[in-house]
Amino acid sequence: MLSIKNLHASVGGTEILKGLTLDVPAGEVHAIMGPNGAGKSTLSYVLTGREGYEVTKGSATLDGEDLLALAANERAARGVFLSFQYPLEIPGVPALTFIRTALNAQRKARGEPEVAAPAFLKLAREKAAALKIDFDMLKRALNVGFSGGEKKRMEILQMAMLEPRFLILDETDSGLDIDALKIVSEGVNALRSPERGMLVITHYQRLLDHIRPDRVHVLSAGRIVASGGPELALELEREGYDKYARAA
Amino acid sequence: MAAVSKTVEQVGELESYKHGFVSDIEQEFAPKGLSADTVRFISAKKGEPDWMLQWRLEAYERWLVLEQPDWARVEFPPIDYQNSYYYAAPSTKEGPKSLDEVDPELLAIYAKLGIPLKEQEVLAGVEGAPRYAVDAVFDSVSVVTTFKKELAAVGVIFCSMSEAIREHPELVRKYLGSVVPVSDNFFACLNSAVFSDGSFVYIPPGVRCPMELSTYFRINAAESGQFERTLIIADKGAYCSYLEGCTAPMRDENQLHAAVVELVILDDAEIKYSTVQNWYPGDPVTGKGGIYNFVTKRADCRGDRAKVSWTQVETGSAITWKYPSCVLRGESSVGEFYSIAITNGRQQADTGTKMIHLGANTRSRIISKGISAGRSSNTYRGLVSAHPKAKGARNFTQCDSLLIGKDCGAHTVPYIEARNGSAKFEHEATTTRLSEDQLFYVMQRGLSQEEAVQLLVNGFVKEVLQELPMEFAVEAQKLVAISLEGSVG
Repeated sequence: MLSIKNLHASVGGTEILKGLTLDVPAGEVHAIMGPNGAGKSTLSYVLTGREGYEVTKGSATLDGEDLLALAANERAARGVFLSFQYPLEIPGVPALTFIRTALNAQRKARGEPEVAAPAFLKLAREKAAALKIDFDMLKRALNVGFSGGEKKRMEILQMAMLEPRFLILDETDSGLDIDALKIVSEGVNALRSPERGMLVITHYQRLLDHIRPDRVHVLSAGRIVASGGPELALELEREGYDKYARAA
Repeated sequence: MAAVSKTVEQVGELESYKHGFVSDIEQEFAPKGLSADTVRFISAKKGEPDWMLQWRLEAYERWLVLEQPDWARVEFPPIDYQNSYYYAAPSTKEGPKSLDEVDPELLAIYAKLGIPLKEQEVLAGVEGAPRYAVDAVFDSVSVVTTFKKELAAVGVIFCSMSEAIREHPELVRKYLGSVVPVSDNFFACLNSAVFSDGSFVYIPPGVRCPMELSTYFRINAAESGQFERTLIIADKGAYCSYLEGCTAPMRDENQLHAAVVELVILDDAEIKYSTVQNWYPGDPVTGKGGIYNFVTKRADCRGDRAKVSWTQVETGSAITWKYPSCVLRGESSVGEFYSIAITNGRQQADTGTKMIHLGANTRSRIISKGISAGRSSNTYRGLVSAHPKAKGARNFTQCDSLLIGKDCGAHTVPYIEARNGSAKFEHEATTTRLSEDQLFYVMQRGLSQEEAVQLLVNGFVKEVLQELPMEFAVEAQKLVAISLEGSVG
């Protein structure tokens, strides 16, 4: 599925990723943990094609296709989805309109017909209910005046509606209380499937109690410095990142 | 700001002005230049009565001593008023009386512009769909007005200004110049002297106009100006919704469009006036050519509880100088102004409104959305004033500016004068730059950069778009997209 090899990337001339190598096979959930400034968010932006993030060396492919050569929207159409740490407000555009516009743009790029309105609404109702999102909220401008928790749930709803092949969750647990964390995690777990891969970026172990990873990687100073099973997350929770910061 | 920084170069690729064609149609002109003889020529061409000619000549005399205003935030070289034609009209023996008599070439031009002039074509549409009566003004003359009979059956007069002067002199003499006086300002005064055609509407007491009225203005001739004059009167308890659209060919020289629109609203009457202005904006890179849109629009809420609403979508013109205003004279009268002004390339817009509260308990509302891209300049200029007798006057103003790229400018110049203690005015203003974060967020969901800008901009202007009649709103939304094509790298 996702294969990253010796990836180097800079922002504004400063190298942030310094030879990152990582493989996430289909059907697996991998967690990336690491201290502030390790390059976690940079990794998510580089994979999704944000401008201003310059790849200087290395490669990233999804099922063998070079992701780095594609524009952000083309990557989205290939099924790469990023759940933002800080979802943006889109004034004047109702959430439902936003999601439908995005879905149709992706379908168009893949040569598929537009989704029919009744089917779309039915699906949106079901998915919103599962995430305990009041349907009326979907008629409001996306994320405008939403609480932190509502914004995160809205990210998961978009994910559920767009049905991406590869999911990147950037600090999805930040700003969530324990109940919201549970709802969001259930939403994410519902999307686990043998065809999908997931990259879960987080500071804390607590998200991984709800979204059980197959593998855990420690990202420090722009590289993966340790990899292991779920137990690695527990060790980090106990002992912190100090020894990995030194190792880098 | 990598995406946005490419703006300037990309704007060069903006070749999206869809109405820039020139129609080769036989036309006759007044001699070039402006003099009392030009005024006489125009008046004679239209077969006007002497009182109209005298009115024009007086305006011309006054214009000679007025100075072109220089307070707007726009820059342009001096206009040579002698180097322009003040009258250009398709050659016909008589003004056309019915659709069958209109030159098929002209009908073809309007068909190309997407304006239905054949009543049966309009009727052939979906059942229950709103119908539009159209007055088509081509350069200096009205070529046809549709649905006149059906409107006349309910007492509504909808015709060209030339016809109104001939057929309804009592109404014209009573109201013409009563809202915008002859010497109100330099451009209005010029218009008063040389105005050629425009629309005239009278809605009798208690009548709700059964269909949307619209005028479609087309400048075609080279080196000519368009000086249309529109007068709409809503008598007591009447209602009408009126739309105007405008386009012009792409030409290298600047062409002057100095129009005057007067609205008179009596007790309990209401006029909704919508504009979609898409004059040729000039070359996006060099700034060469384009229309100078110097327009005076004013509504006089003369009666109690009268209501007027201006909605404008301004996307075209090299320079826009336009302040549709409301004089709220009648008690509890209401004025509204909803505006979307988009500038791209080298366009300059200085536009806004004036809400003059004269009567007690008058209310007004201003929603202005300015969008600047390319190397354009976009200014909101507005006045809200309450006179001593306007007890309990209320105004709410919201001015939002959106910047796309870093070579454009947005300015907000609000004037507020409250001359009594009970007036309550609120003013909110924001200026934001289309953010790289938002663009990336939308693109990450699958929209191309162009589509992402459109989505964000449509969200920004939504409050105003929804004030337009539905069919117009769809058109306007497309126009917004077209005007911003290539605005982001």
